[in-house]
This record gives sequence, structure tokens and C-alpha cells, in this order.
Amino acid sequence: MKGKVWKFGDDIDTDLIVPGRYLVLRDEKDLAACAMEGCDPDFAKNVDKGDIIVGGKNFGCGSSREHAPIAIKGAGIAAVVAESFARIFYRNSINIGLPLIEVKGISKHVSQGDEVEIDMEKGILKNLNTGKEFEIKALPEFMLEILNHGGLIPYLKDKVDEIKQQKI
Amino acid sequence: MSMTMAEKVLARASGKKEVEAGEIVMANIDVAMTHDLTGPLSVEAFQKIGVSEVWDPEKIVIVFDHQVPADSLDAALNHKIMRKFVKDQKITNFYDVREGVCHQVLPEKGHVVPGEVIVGTDSHTCTHGALGAFSTGIGSTDMSMVFATGKLWFKVPETIKFNIEGQLGYNVYAKDVVLNIIGQIGADGATYKACEFGGETTKELSVSDRMVLCNMAIEMGGKTGLVEPDKKTLDYVNARSRKSYEVLKGDSDAASLQIMDINVSDLEPQIACPHNVDNVKGISEVEGTPIDQVFLGSCTNGRIQDLRDAAKILKGKKVSDNIRMLVIPASREVYTKALNEGLMNIFVDAGALVCNPCCGPCLGGHVGLIGPGEVSLSTSNRNFKGRQGSPEGEVYLSSAAVAAASAITGKIENPRNK
Ligand code: SF4
Repeated sequence: MKGKVWKFGDDIDTDLIVPGRYLVLRDEKDLAACAMEGCDPDFAKNVDKGDIIVGGKNFGCGSSREHAPIAIKGAGIAAVVAESFARIFYRNSINIGLPLIEVKGISKHVSQGDEVEIDMEKGILKNLNTGKEFEIKALPEFMLEILNHGGLIPYLKDKVDEIKQQKI
Repeated sequence: MSMTMAEKVLARASGKKEVEAGEIVMANIDVAMTHDLTGPLSVEAFQKIGVSEVWDPEKIVIVFDHQVPADSLDAALNHKIMRKFVKDQKITNFYDVREGVCHQVLPEKGHVVPGEVIVGTDSHTCTHGALGAFSTGIGSTDMSMVFATGKLWFKVPETIKFNIEGQLGYNVYAKDVVLNIIGQIGADGATYKACEFGGETTKELSVSDRMVLCNMAIEMGGKTGLVEPDKKTLDYVNARSRKSYEVLKGDSDAASLQIMDINVSDLEPQIACPHNVDNVKGISEVEGTPIDQVFLGSCTNGRIQDLRDAAKILKGKKVSDNIRMLVIPASREVYTKALNEGLMNIFVDAGALVCNPCCGPCLGGHVGLIGPGEVSLSTSNRNFKGRQGSPEGEVYLSSAAVAAASAITGKIENPRNK
């Protein structure tokens, strides 16, 4: 995938991604319209399909609201790249099929508006403006499987009986 | 093999003799909680899987707390979706608008016992580790998997154990301790880790104080908070729950255990300043900051002990004319106790506004929002930008005692001065 960068800082919490007053919304389109509003009220208006968010450390910290990754995905963002992610946001994003990519040091080497190219298979992220390349940490295999299914729901549609029968 | 408490609970729940930090396990879920705000997404996700019935209607707990009573058509619709789900799926543990905040209602109603795995579609589900459960917040899609299968995968966390020692000073509380810890290790200082609270000071703390500690584990990135069960835990649990349970305690030589010593003897009241929970300062640095609203409540500090602490300070005094104060008990039980003890009279006489048990302005979705440029002093757990209303507002976090003392003067106030 290739896309234009939207750059954000450290500790972008889920209240910034989708403020509490919008949590009554459930529709992806409605949520997309307020995506990132706490950081940039014009984001939803100006974002293009296929753009990529680059954040600092602890991206997605705070509440467990799945509204946050839904809004980001709904806004057309193809992937979120950050120095590190908060735990619940990480799971939620993979579960709804939004790729998250952890790259240490990325925020120092990417600027707002840069174009980056991500090759998940080769495990490489390239800043096309500077030519600088970064290695991407591979996801654990079963998470990759969830992502390749397009999220946890399609995955479960295939596997629910198998999981239920697993004796643990 | 030596294991931490978190590892032992996850081993039990995944049917294994031992598990190791870093390993991924599939665990059987003992309690699955959802509420009016994140519940509808969980229900929708569940319905997409194509399974007609939930795995066990008796292990699901549904609490209405974020927008009660419904404050908008959207909220009313969400409530309807959840009531229908409860009825269709024959869910036995349903607490409609009257009962209070989920993280208070769950332990009160006996749903939390030691040694179990609890998940909730709310990040502060980590609160329940105060009773020795492994309890963590998950998203709505993860919850749909739990609804369908009763299972969920976990990466077994490492444990960071805070050994808290020392005597708490006058008007210094569990909230000050945990804010101090978060200030020290940062908002991501315990990411993916189980945060266990131990040491002599923790032993001395009441169950509700231990809940304050565990409640805020997520504010340092923690996966769960935990306190080793003792007599106080079992007294609380046995008075409220009929479930059988197994008390699991960690081994001090577990490989994945990291220890951090905290001494609280010289601690002054702590304040988390805008706009991050780890932006913590001693009160002497921020004393005198003018405020517009005081919020006493939430799953962090809306318990009877907090209301008592605040009422002691507010008795016979008035809330400053320049500000408003909201008092929101965390549950109906807390509300009733406060009524019977005469605390509500003290609050109302002082000029505070008492609301029904709910989340209130804690997450800026329901009552009591702040406007642009306004400052809130809140006993809740998050002060993110926009958390309690306007993104141009500011939120400071404190203990109930600081909140009460500050309500009188309209400025951040150290209760020691009273
Ligand atoms: S009181 Fe606040 S933190 Fe607690 S569950 Fe409600 S909104 Fe969340």
C-alpha cells in the first residue's frame, strides 16, 4: 500500500480519536465524520482514501471504545503506523481489519504530507520523499490470519465451531 | 514452575498446568460484562457471526450506566437494543438504569470473586483485580467472540509489582498513591503488563481503596490491576457472592515478576494536570488554580468512603458561588448508604447538585459537561483533552478530599489546610 501521511504525536488517546459525545453513534460513516476530531477538527474533511496515519508512542491509549478504530478505518485510512500502540486499541484494530504497524523511530523520519509505501510481505516501510526504509515487525501468525480474513468476525464465521469445541 | 498471580489465573482458565509470560493462551471466560455504550456494538458484532445463542446467559452481565436515564434519542435506541438482547438471550444479570456504574455494580452484586477471568467492554474493567480476579478491558468485537464461544485469546502478561510501604499522611489516599505511581512510570509505563499492588500499605487499605488502585492500572497501560486476596477480600466476597472460587496467589520468585518499591510516607495529595493522567504534580505546585466545576463520583472515587471523606470536609460549609459541584454516587447501594448516613443532606445544604448513580461527566457524554475555557476538578480517572466536554476545557484529577476542600474555595485546595 502507498499513501499520504497524516502525522500525530505521542499518547493520542481514544478520546481524541472519537470524543465521548459521539459514542452513541454506531454507523461507520457517522463515526468517520468525527475521526481524529480531538486532534484535528478538519481531518475527516481532508483525509483521502488510502492515506496513512503516523503516530508517536502509546497510540490509542485510554478507553476500550471500538468506535476509535472504526472511525479511522471508516475515514479511509489504510494503516496506522506508530512507535508503539496501547493494548486494547491494538486488538480492536486487528479485529476490525485495520492494519497497525509498529516501527520504532518512525516519527522522527516522517513528516505530515510525506508519501510512504508499505510492503507487509517484505516487511518494509519506505518514505518515498526521503528514500529512507524501515523494517516492520511481523505480526504473530494467528493475528495475521485474522487480518487476512478481513477481521475477527469473518474469521469467526469460519472457525466458531472449531473454537467452541476446543476443550480447554 | 513459579508463576505470578496473573499467570496462575490464566493457567487455570486455559486448562493448563503452567503458562509463561509472552505465551498466547485461549482462556475460558468466567464473567463477560458490557454496558449501554459499548454493548450495542458488541451485540451487532455478535449477530454478524451467525451464532443464534450466547454461550452462557448466566455468565454475561449487562449494566446501564453511561447514559442513564437516556439523554438523547440515540441513547434511548441503544438502551432498546440492549434490553431486547437481554430478553432474546435470556441474560439473567441485567442492571437497568437504576443500579449504578458497572465497575461498582459488579463487585457489589457478587459477580467478582478471586481466581476468575473477567472481561468487559470497558477499559476500567481492570478494577476487579482488587478482589484477586484477572480482569481486563476488551473491545466490542472481542466481546462478540466471548458471547459466541465463551473463550478469548490472551497474551500472558509480565507482572510489575508495586511494593507500597509507609504510612499515608493525613488526607492522603489511595488515589494519591496511584496518581503518584502513574506520574513516576508514565502513561505507557506498564503497557501489556499486569499491575500488582502489594506491600504493607496495600494490606492496610480497604477493599474500596484497593479498587481505586486497580481502577487506574489502565492509565499506565496495564492489562489488569491485581491485589493478592486476604481476609478483607474474602469477607467482602463471601458477604456478596454465592459462587465458589479458588484463591490464587503469586510466587515471589516468578520469572516474569518485576518489583518496584514505592514509599508513601512523605506523599502529599497528588493532582493529575491537563491533559494527561501521567502529568502528576504534588498539590503544593498547583494549589490556588481556579476551577469552575467539581465532580465527585465515578468508578474511581464515587464509593461510600469517598462520599464520607468529602462530607466530613463540606459539613456546615458552602460550595463557592463561583463554581458548581456535582455529587454522583457510584451505585444505588452507595446512594442509599449516603442517604441513610445523612451525607446527601450535607451535600445539598452545601449547595452541591446530587445526581442519580451513573458515569456523569466522567466521559463527557452525559450530564455536567464543561464549556470552552472552563476547568473541572474531578475524582475520576481521565483528564484527556475534551474528556469532560469542550476540547478547550481542562480537567484536573484528585482525591475526594481535595475535591471537597476545593469546592469550598473555588480553587484547588489542600485539605490539610482546612
Ligand atoms: S465512571 Fe467514567 S471511567 Fe468509570 S466506567 Fe463510567 S465513564 Fe468509564
